[in-house]
Amino acid sequence: MTEITIFVLAVFVGFEVISKVPTTLHTPLMSQTNAIHGIVMLGGLIVVGFANDGVEYVIGTIAIAFGAINIVGGFMVTDRMLGMFSRKPKSKAGSDGKGGA
Amino acid sequence: MVEAVLKPGGDAATALYIVAFSLFIIGIKQGTHPTTAKRGNLIAAGGMAVAVVTTLLLDGMGNWGLIVLGLGIGSAIGVIASIRVQMTEMPQMVALYNGVGGGAVALIAWSEIRHGISIGEDFPLDSLIPVIFAGIVGSVSFWGSNIAFAKLQDLIPTRPIAAPGQQVINAILLLAIIVISVVLAVDHESPSEGLFILLLVLAAILGNLVVLPIGGADMPVVISLLNAFTGLSAAAAGFALDNVALIVAGTLVGSSGTILTLEMATAMNRSVSNILFSGFGGAPSGGGGGTGEEKPHVSIGAQDAAIKLAYADSVVIVPGYGLAVAQAQHAIKEVADELEKRGVTVNYAIHPVAGRMPGHMNVLLAEADVAYENLKEMEEINPEMPRTDVAVVVGANDVTNPAAKNDPDSPIAGMPIIEVSEAQEVIVIKRSLSPGFAGIDNDLFYEPNTSMLFADAKAAAAEIAAEIGNL
Repeated sequence: MTEITIFVLAVFVGFEVISKVPTTLHTPLMSQTNAIHGIVMLGGLIVVGFANDGVEYVIGTIAIAFGAINIVGGFMVTDRMLGMFSRKPKSKAGSDGKGGA
Repeated sequence: MVEAVLKPGGDAATALYIVAFSLFIIGIKQGTHPTTAKRGNLIAAGGMAVAVVTTLLLDGMGNWGLIVLGLGIGSAIGVIASIRVQMTEMPQMVALYNGVGGGAVALIAWSEIRHGISIGEDFPLDSLIPVIFAGIVGSVSFWGSNIAFAKLQDLIPTRPIAAPGQQVINAILLLAIIVISVVLAVDHESPSEGLFILLLVLAAILGNLVVLPIGGADMPVVISLLNAFTGLSAAAAGFALDNVALIVAGTLVGSSGTILTLEMATAMNRSVSNILFSGFGGAPSGGGGGTGEEKPHVSIGAQDAAIKLAYADSVVIVPGYGLAVAQAQHAIKEVADELEKRGVTVNYAIHPVAGRMPGHMNVLLAEADVAYENLKEMEEINPEMPRTDVAVVVGANDVTNPAAKNDPDSPIAGMPIIEVSEAQEVIVIKRSLSPGFAGIDNDLFYEPNTSMLFADAKAAAAEIAAEIGNL
């Protein structure tokens, strides 16, 4: 039952926190929460860490790799996006030469 | 070297997991404002590091070679992909990351089943049921996201692909999945691994069949929904593994995906099930848009457009997916810069479903250095429209169609739109008069105060910026 309690409380916390994110930031929000569900990688670590069976080695290692793509890629790409939002647009007008292509 | 000290399920490990998910919540909370969002993302990433290190320190962990291999390959792919991706490709990137997350969940569920069977004891229902749920939803999410990725990347056609009787096939698949799940749960003393794999395969087929018929412009909804699915399946995996970090993190993502899905659906004035199952837009009957004689419209060149804009007091730019396709965000910003030099007020009107994922346009414009304050949401900008001298529509179509307001029989009737036709003048930059995603003619193009500029968005914007500079 404790786990159900945690789940229900997390639903409320999730709705409360996320409904305050403005539409403008929905893409980074989505990409960040996307990175957060990469936490399933822990499951892969536990599977491989305690496995002694060939199939579990293979499945678990793929799961870890998938999870790592999800986590590392997700947080990094969110960081890149948010860097664009937080920079001061008025100070540097002539600095966008790299985006030409 | 620290010895593996944490007892699995012990107080120390649980406490560290609580630290991890608290950091996720704080991180998301900081995401409510652009100035703190970057730090918030780092905080959440820190939470992830705590969770991963805690798990690696669990007593009894082994097979380090494989763990390092998995982490190394995955991290390398993640780093390279996130550095190389263009901002216009963000929707498919998110779809892909979402897919691998779902795939990981499905694989973990599979190995949990194997593990449970190999121990040979009765599989407790409170972990078997979450494992089954995680397997099904993870598999649907993996394949559904991959199809969404392939569509957004133009690897397969973005138009809806539907076979006759598809709804029936989907219903049968769903029924079969439910029956197999029940059989597995009833047989919890020795669940069959073969049946579980069959379950994963059926869920995979369902994931493919559900997303294939969905058109490109409905992708914001699909991506949000699949994000919610992967989150919930991760939470289910947490129930199975008795891991609070997974439960809380997965649930947070589930909530976020659900909220975004509902917001997108509201913004289209359609229900989620209508979006998922109707094959809306460009379905066989919808293709007849371009036939018959052309209705009268006004066509102008870049120079005329530049004059209209340069002598306006206020201009509103309405971007759509076409802006992303043409990579026109920087060129549009140049037009805005030229106008601002002349004292013209320039704002951007963002429709909630413009682009291919929620907030897609905001990211592109932020990439082009457009100030956050100039990005206006639909509700905010619509009352300003009658006081706007020129509205410039770049690569947007259905979200500006006045038929949504005026024609109760239109397929998009009731959809909230950016009311550009209320502006004094409208310039539409578009390649042709062809209908948008909804497959219907846009009445806006034929209104007396609308001028059409037929061109590629990026080329046209560059030309307009140059012309304004020469005035």
